[in-house]
Amino acid sequence: MPLSKEQVLKVGTLSRIRLADEEVNRFASQLSSILDYVGKLTELDTDATEPLAHALPIHNVLRKDEPRESLAPEQALGGAPDATDGFFRVPRVIDDGTGA
Amino acid sequence: MSTQDLTACRTRDAIRRGELSAAEATEASLAAIDRTDAKVRAFLSTVARDARRRAEEVDRRLKAGEMSGLLAGVPVAVKDNMCTADGQPTTCASRILEGWKAPYNAHVVERLLAEGAVIVGKTNLDEFAMGSSTENSGFEATRNPWDLNCVPGGSSGGSAAAVAARMVPVALGSDTGGSIRQPAALCGVVGMKPTYGRVSRYGLVAFASSLDQIGPFGRTVADAALLLQAIAGHDPRDSTSVPEPVPDYLATLEEPLKPLRIGVPKEFFGEGLDGEVERAVREALGVYENLGARLVDVSLPFSTDYAIATYYIVATSEASSNLARYDGVHYGYRSSDHADMIDMYMRTRAEGFGDEVKRRIMLGTYALSAGYYDAYYKKAARVRRLIRQNYEDVFREVDVVMGPTTPTAAFPLGDKTDDPLTMYLCDVYTVSCSLAAIAGISIPCGFTKAGLPVGLQILGNVFSEEKLLRVARMYERETDWAGQVPPVCEGRG
Repeated sequence: MPLSKEQVLKVGTLSRIRLADEEVNRFASQLSSILDYVGKLTELDTDATEPLAHALPIHNVLRKDEPRESLAPEQALGGAPDATDGFFRVPRVIDDGTGA
Repeated sequence: MSTQDLTACRTRDAIRRGELSAAEATEASLAAIDRTDAKVRAFLSTVARDARRRAEEVDRRLKAGEMSGLLAGVPVAVKDNMCTADGQPTTCASRILEGWKAPYNAHVVERLLAEGAVIVGKTNLDEFAMGSSTENSGFEATRNPWDLNCVPGGSSGGSAAAVAARMVPVALGSDTGGSIRQPAALCGVVGMKPTYGRVSRYGLVAFASSLDQIGPFGRTVADAALLLQAIAGHDPRDSTSVPEPVPDYLATLEEPLKPLRIGVPKEFFGEGLDGEVERAVREALGVYENLGARLVDVSLPFSTDYAIATYYIVATSEASSNLARYDGVHYGYRSSDHADMIDMYMRTRAEGFGDEVKRRIMLGTYALSAGYYDAYYKKAARVRRLIRQNYEDVFREVDVVMGPTTPTAAFPLGDKTDDPLTMYLCDVYTVSCSLAAIAGISIPCGFTKAGLPVGLQILGNVFSEEKLLRVARMYERETDWAGQVPPVCEGRG
């Protein structure tokens, strides 16, 4: 089932990746053929098979809730494109109703 | 024999005996990189000054009797998706992390340093480890040392090429669907993907968290064993790291496995397998028979095209989640021109990611989205269990499974970049091992008429690395593919 332009744009938005017009067509065609291939899995009867989520049978690996050495704030902020006063600075997120 | 031709084991031994210094070994490696890397382009960054300083420190500590590390003085290269905090960037070969400096060392890097290794540089890869040719690197395409017009394989193409071209004796790579084994095969070196959980992923930039594993490249089985010894073991910082004791891989390496039952899956010898590759692999199986091994026909019906289908749902789904963090906020690149927050995310990621990364994120997002999750992701997870159960059944009958690592030898640059699916099929024999979480190794087993290497893949059950290395060594003892020198190394002084 080939992906439509609209579906590709929707997936692009969900993935937070802006797609140029030229890309939408190219990706639509490539993604459609990949999805077609992976659709092969419907040939297999898996009704009696549980999904495998963990590669190995290890579950709930816990540790004591004790503070440990961690990255210093300067280190954590060090690689950021825009950091100031101990914060990552980003474009405005909250709408203050001013329409600004 | 010049210093750069020494294996890691011999380098380390010579340094321990005082016949060679870490400084000399490091100089030889840096000189080899100088001579060869303009043509091969295996390295994204090298750290000559730091490496020299570190080699001096290793020499000093060896003299003072303070260190006897497994890799004392051995030059090592590290794939650029593993965090190194020594001032050199960790880019994952992506523009979205161009120039980014990791604030901490990966567990495996800490282990290398603790064992006295000298890291000389970070190697090229397909962007975020997504690819089978290293052509998806955001910076440059690495060449195959056996034919500079051909790909080295991927995604750990830089590490494989660096070892094959004798710029370093050993290197670290990562393998999610074949990204160590496939380039090892294409470059004529040994490459191993340990059992999932054998090596800590702390500090490995995540692609697919249930599949990623770090592993060694070397020209010989012993070198791969040495590097694995240095990095294997439980790490509480990686909750998928398994507290399984690490055997002494080198202590038992020379002991052949007797009796040895080798499973030969018919599905690994079907359509799409190149005739010359098949011939070399079957000859290798013949060598094992002469050593007393018994070949057993086995069936892995889910482990070729169904495994590819499963992998490209599971891995891309996990990737879509793991790569959500590249948003222009915490690290790396941010788009300069944006209207608001969402627009910032969308432009940053559009500008920072290459095509293959975008495709995989979108595939994964689609597979996990409402209305499609059951049909794609959950279905793939069920097939993954079938793949896993199949291997469990097979390993009750045989000790190891063998077949070609790849369907063809190295192909020319640009050959498979038009159609993503064609590229995906390079991993047809390697992905099922990753999905099943079992261990796999690729060893050189010959060359095509065009002089391109062929790899034999040996798969073993979970935590069978010791067995796999011994089995690999049985064949290596009877042959000398590691002695061949690639054309790019010829004509050196």
